Amino acid sequence: MITLTHYLVASALLFTIGLAGIMTRRNIIMILLSIEIMFNAANLAFVAYARAWGDLGGQICAFFIITVAAAEVTVGLAIAILLARQLKTLHADEVRLMKW
Amino acid sequence: MVGQALSLEPSAFSLLGWTALLAPLAAALLIQLVGVHRRRLSAGLAIVSLLISFAATGWLFLQTLPRPALVPYESSIDWIAVPGLTIPFGILLDQLSLLMALVVTGVGSAIFIYSVGYMAEDHAYSRFFGLLSLFAFSMLTIVLATNWIQLFIGWELVGFCSYALIGHWYAKPSAAEAGKKAFLVNRVADFGFFLGILALWATSSLTPAGRTFHFLTLEQHLPLLAHSGAIPIATLPLIGLLLFCGPVGKSAQFPLHVWLPDAMEGPTPVSALIHAATMVAAGVYLLCRAFWLFEDLPSVLATIMWVGGATAFLAACLALVENDLKRILAYSTLSQLGYMVMALGLGGLVAGMYHLTTHALFKALLFLAAGSVIHGTHEQEIWKLGGLTRSMRWTSAAFFVGGLALCGFPGLSGFFSKDEILVLAHARNPALYWLGTLTAGLTAFYIARAWFAAFTGPSRTRAHESPPVMLAPLGLLALLSIAGGYVFIPQYLGQPHGALHWPVAAVSMGVVALGLTLAWLIYQRNMVSATQVVEALALPYSFLKRRYYLDDLYAWYVAVIQQKLIAGLCALFERYLIIGTMVNGTAALTRALGGLIRLCQTGRIQTYVLAFLLGVAWLLSTVMPR
Repeated sequence: MITLTHYLVASALLFTIGLAGIMTRRNIIMILLSIEIMFNAANLAFVAYARAWGDLGGQICAFFIITVAAAEVTVGLAIAILLARQLKTLHADEVRLMKW
Repeated sequence: MVGQALSLEPSAFSLLGWTALLAPLAAALLIQLVGVHRRRLSAGLAIVSLLISFAATGWLFLQTLPRPALVPYESSIDWIAVPGLTIPFGILLDQLSLLMALVVTGVGSAIFIYSVGYMAEDHAYSRFFGLLSLFAFSMLTIVLATNWIQLFIGWELVGFCSYALIGHWYAKPSAAEAGKKAFLVNRVADFGFFLGILALWATSSLTPAGRTFHFLTLEQHLPLLAHSGAIPIATLPLIGLLLFCGPVGKSAQFPLHVWLPDAMEGPTPVSALIHAATMVAAGVYLLCRAFWLFEDLPSVLATIMWVGGATAFLAACLALVENDLKRILAYSTLSQLGYMVMALGLGGLVAGMYHLTTHALFKALLFLAAGSVIHGTHEQEIWKLGGLTRSMRWTSAAFFVGGLALCGFPGLSGFFSKDEILVLAHARNPALYWLGTLTAGLTAFYIARAWFAAFTGPSRTRAHESPPVMLAPLGLLALLSIAGGYVFIPQYLGQPHGALHWPVAAVSMGVVALGLTLAWLIYQRNMVSATQVVEALALPYSFLKRRYYLDDLYAWYVAVIQQKLIAGLCALFERYLIIGTMVNGTAALTRALGGLIRLCQTGRIQTYVLAFLLGVAWLLSTVMPR
């Protein structure tokens, strides 16, 4: 039987994969995708808890996160498009406008 | 007990005292409010108010004359009252203050009336009378003060009036400069004076009454405390010396006397009122007022008497070579103030006050006579005058009487009061006695020189006699200068009648006669050529002509030490410490730190994420409950 622990382990694995993606990849699109994976790791944890404890609050949170993630990815992709247009690159290390 | 002897109720005392104090203030305010363009109204207000003040003072004086037990009488309001600090404003009537107030209002009234004639052509007539009224109020504030702060306020107000009146003809650069000089020199002295007042206030916390500025309370408690040894041994002498700074400035004692001769740039009535009769005597009055403090401090008394003696002698020497009629009188005033201060230093309160009173009379007379000369000739250099006994008969007579009283001619007021001081010096300090006697001879010489040069001999300028409004006060003051020695002032102040000390009187008369004769031989008979005397004494003459180089010394001090050295050091301090280190240093430090912190901003997202991750891990491991 699949218990809460299984879900949580899966969620933690997903989160770690996303984090590792952010830290290792240099392509902005890939970073955005990694962030999405981390969002979904959180979502998985929420709905798993909601189910285990019979509390709908977790599911509501998951919906909110999906919405926010949609908004976030819109902004992120917009930035990516602009970077591609302005700087002709999607490589994060080459985008160092904020550095000294 | 006292009540039975009262012919005046205490309320009447209070009413008259307050009237005497406030009438001139009311006049000053009214002149400012409504009289600015009304010449006759302003003069009338000023004169009437001071006459009211004079009448009130005179009435009080007459009431206390036969019954000294009525005083001291005090009436005051709490002007500033906060916890731990109460400053009353009021009137203190005793023999000392009443005598002084009588001198101020009496001589003042004569001078106010005289000013009507003297200032008749002046364009700032109302301002002049307004300031004179303000001065009268300020002076009475000093005289009737019940506490040190009130006295100090009056002290500064008379200083301001003096400044404004010296600079009455402010369009003349020398007058404006003289006013500034008087103000600044007094500022130096008053700084020490105020420190003394504050020190006295701090010391008074030891008294059972707590901290106070009040004269009578301090007088009652502090000497007892000092005798019982409750006050540290050096405290009271230090306070005494600091307080003495006030009289050194206001009464123009060496070495801060330099402002008084320059103050002669003001109109002559101002010179007579402020710089001869009243304000410059305020320092002497202060010494009398706080005499209970000084009389127990031999070291301070020694300082006071030597400063006074030195001033008397050195100023008389300066008068020997001066050619300006008013400045001669100014040096003479310095010299006589030196006598008074010396008398106080020798422990003679009564002698000092006595000489203050007679000096106020005859010196005001001399100044008003000199003013009449200036009014009639528009000239004040003695060698350009001459033969005035013919053209200005009454003025000359007045000057003659004043001059004789000044040099102590037997029978005139100056003779008695100066004799008191010399007798005192003879008994207490022979060195000062001979210095004082020598000064008396010099006094006779310089005033006779002025007389022979300006009033006798051939006429060298056009002259006309002054109007009656100026001559009447002259006549009055001349009578008082003659009679001032017979009105029992020492007895009023509580000194038993002393017989004339004949040896002292004889010596001083001899010295005075010598001085007069010498002046007569040199300046009248030309037996000895004045130029030959000057050539024979070239070195001391040039020394005196440069006024002991004190003005040069002060000018050098201000120009070199203060403006170059101290100001230069301050500029360095500001440029390198304040601006260089503190202001620019703060900016540089901030910039350097910012540069360091900026290194954290790599611009790499991964770095930030790593930092974020570590932070979250740290939070989870420490803050979250396990």
